[in-house]
Amino acid sequence: MTTPLQVTSRLRTPVDETDHVRGPADAPVTIVEYGDFQCRYCGAAYPNLAEVLRQRSATVRLVYRHFPIANVHPYAESAAEVAEAAARRDRFWDMHDWLYEHQDQLDPVHLSLGVEQLGLPPDEVSAEVERHAYADRVRRDFVGGIRSGVNGTPTLFVNEIRHEGGHDLPELLAAVDAAAGA
Amino acid sequence: MTDSDGLIRSGSRAPDFTLPATPDGRRIGPGQFRGRPVVLAFYPADWTPVCGDQMTLYQAAMPEFDRYDAVLLGISVDSVWSHQAFAEARGIAFPLLADFEPKGEVSRRYGAYTSQGQSARALVVLDPDGMVAWSQLSPPEVNPGADGILDALEEIGSDRRVVTR
Repeated sequence: MTTPLQVTSRLRTPVDETDHVRGPADAPVTIVEYGDFQCRYCGAAYPNLAEVLRQRSATVRLVYRHFPIANVHPYAESAAEVAEAAARRDRFWDMHDWLYEHQDQLDPVHLSLGVEQLGLPPDEVSAEVERHAYADRVRRDFVGGIRSGVNGTPTLFVNEIRHEGGHDLPELLAAVDAAAGA
Repeated sequence: MTDSDGLIRSGSRAPDFTLPATPDGRRIGPGQFRGRPVVLAFYPADWTPVCGDQMTLYQAAMPEFDRYDAVLLGISVDSVWSHQAFAEARGIAFPLLADFEPKGEVSRRYGAYTSQGQSARALVVLDPDGMVAWSQLSPPEVNPGADGILDALEEIGSDRRVVTR
């Protein structure tokens, strides 16, 4: 076995009903993002992805999967677990947005305030995160990403093909339009 | 026996070696881990940008390597002092070996040395008997991820017991 020069470019874990999805279920284009709430590159991509969803609202849906690199981002894992606690209460995307809009406030105290701001029960959520109630869920996303060749964050797959371009708005729109026309 | 790109190929016996792993002179090499798969991750340099850094990613992926009882060794021509600071900054707990003096000697033996004077970005997976089971060369600027390694470990493990920890 010697693999020639190549980088895995396909999503190996298909989107299913356990995924967090934003946008129309029947959208012809699906972007799967592997992200880390404490990663500044993910933070930079966040408003652009939101704008893509706004400008191509009938065409595209976004799936978010966790890829916390905890050894360099000490708050990434707990942020991901908090997002899962919000998901259990049908508030995943509200929490997702708050986390990316407050990337410098992911320490436990501020995170708990954020949970409260969203109207979620901070003590319950803290208790769930402390006993790692959602750690397996986060880990499953991470492992699926690893097996799909995710090598850093953010990594995007557009209709299961890895997006090799940048994450600014024109490049993302071009990728979506190309996939929609394909 | 090396491939046309120079990298050691599967089916070859992996050259044994030890390299300094810590400033106090402790040396580590694949021969110390017979009976377990060993992943040699040659890489050009410490201190590449954080979110796309290969060694940082491998630390995060360590539980997956552990499932195969695999040993991971990072190798570059950086000194033990650079490795130590890099490992501390990125929370890397697996050994980073210094192919520093004579510079690049081990990388050369694996066909993983470049004319720029750095290790190539190359992955070599050894089976528990020390034979090369899989190898892959990547462009220096491309982090190859961990999927190829895990596929190779899975193949090695398919006729062996997968360790659950």
